[in-house]
Amino acid sequence: MSDANLNTDENVTPDTVWVEHTSFVDQIPRSILMLFVFAVFVGLWQIATSFNLVSSIVLPTPVETFNDMIFVGKNLLTGDYMLSALWITTKEVIYGFALAMAIGFSLGILVGETAFGERAIMPYLVALDTMPKVAFAPLFIAWLGFGIESKVALAAFIATFPIVVGTAAGLHATDENSRMLFKTMGASRLQTLFKMKLPMGLPQIFTGLKIGAVGVMAGAITAEFLGGGKGFGELIRVAASQLNTPRVFSLILYLSILGLGLYALVTFAQRRIVFWHRDTVSK
Amino acid sequence: MTTISAATSDVQPALGAPVYELTHVSKTYARNRVIALDDVSLTLRKGSFSSVIGSSGCGKSTLLKIMAGLIPPTKGRVVLQGKPVTGTRRDIGMMFQQATLFPWRTTIENIVLPIEIRDGRAAAEKAKEKARALLDIVGLNGFEDVFPNELSGGMAQRASICRMLITEPAVLLLDEPFSALDELSRDMMNMELQRICTEQNATAFLVTHSIQEAVILSDDIYVMKPRPGRLAEVVTVDLPRPRTLDMMTTPKFGETVNYIRGLLDKGEAM
Repeated sequence: MSDANLNTDENVTPDTVWVEHTSFVDQIPRSILMLFVFAVFVGLWQIATSFNLVSSIVLPTPVETFNDMIFVGKNLLTGDYMLSALWITTKEVIYGFALAMAIGFSLGILVGETAFGERAIMPYLVALDTMPKVAFAPLFIAWLGFGIESKVALAAFIATFPIVVGTAAGLHATDENSRMLFKTMGASRLQTLFKMKLPMGLPQIFTGLKIGAVGVMAGAITAEFLGGGKGFGELIRVAASQLNTPRVFSLILYLSILGLGLYALVTFAQRRIVFWHRDTVSK
Repeated sequence: MTTISAATSDVQPALGAPVYELTHVSKTYARNRVIALDDVSLTLRKGSFSSVIGSSGCGKSTLLKIMAGLIPPTKGRVVLQGKPVTGTRRDIGMMFQQATLFPWRTTIENIVLPIEIRDGRAAAEKAKEKARALLDIVGLNGFEDVFPNELSGGMAQRASICRMLITEPAVLLLDEPFSALDELSRDMMNMELQRICTEQNATAFLVTHSIQEAVILSDDIYVMKPRPGRLAEVVTVDLPRPRTLDMMTTPKFGETVNYIRGLLDKGEAM
């Protein structure tokens, strides 16, 4: 309490001084808190497996999983078959995301900028969006075969909708004054779109892109489960069919690195491009 | 009310040549049959500062939109510098309550935006020299490469003054430009506005809710009344220029303010 007395009288009793208290959790660094949660999680996992609360086929021990992760990691680092599988899935995800962006931005501008798009096309998009899109996977496989194309198609199909919605919402995010200002400056429709509406809508567009980035992974892996091929999803499917649960777990963990990577890439782009947006900067 | 010459619009202030003329302008919104403006005539002379004041719904924003070329009048003639206004024009400058600077552009890029849109990027690049001179005039020297998020409210409005002036407009339309600022900044910005308008010999037309603001800034005050929106009276402010904030304590200022308040109250009673 001595600090609190610095600018007060010497004879003030400590209990009359009002001191700001930070809560216990706020005083601990975030990394330590996260590590704590991780330790508790692994501890519970170890207890569950070592006391045979669950069968080892259903849930491998943390040690088994860790050992398998080292095996898969070595395989990936030495450029073995798992690396080429991961590369195939990566390609599917990148192509799928690029395709989703191309279609998503175009449709989003059509729907967000034109009255025709908003009134005549948007209802169909909403209807399509409510459908379980994974159910289209067999169709894509029938149309495009068992190669990478059907996986790219499903990945793009799932990721397109959030990008369309984000773009359309972004284009509607303009305020009355900005529109009036552009009118008084004699701006054409294209100038208004590219110099005002699109940049102003970037926060919403990036929200759509982030949701799309998550969806594109789900699409690629689902298509691999259903349509074979040589990707990472196929490795998971095979391991699961052999009841090699530790392998499934470690493959999923490595796969999540790909998902995180894509998400981090979008977030990085967002911070560079939408640097002026308050919520973007503070996060 | 002998100290102020309050008369109908046939009394013209003894200033420069007419710049902006509205004759018998009416606006009816056909859809809901509301008469927003009924037979408004006014003349802005070169270098004069005019204000329009009135309660909400008196049609002042409709009037401003017509003068900005944003909407056409239903009836009447709108002539700026001898040419009828049929849409937005380079020689009309406008400023809003919000600074409306775009946060992804630096201050100077915001200021040259009207040039970029009308004449292209190369012209905008050339206009940066002039933009720097304008920043100098409004006291924002050294802020050209700062992003708007880092500017205070008053500074942002100074920048938007520069953006308005960059195309050298013949008339400045000011839509409650400082009403979002705190009172201290607002008084200061009003004095700045007067100084800039005098330096540029600008013709300014201000829409405001504040009688004090209208009186301290204006040569002529157009008092409007609602339902239907029309001009009730033109009050000529008989205070010497340049105006100072100290003048707000003079009897003449108080009388003018009271006179206008009386006019507006009469409108309310109707």
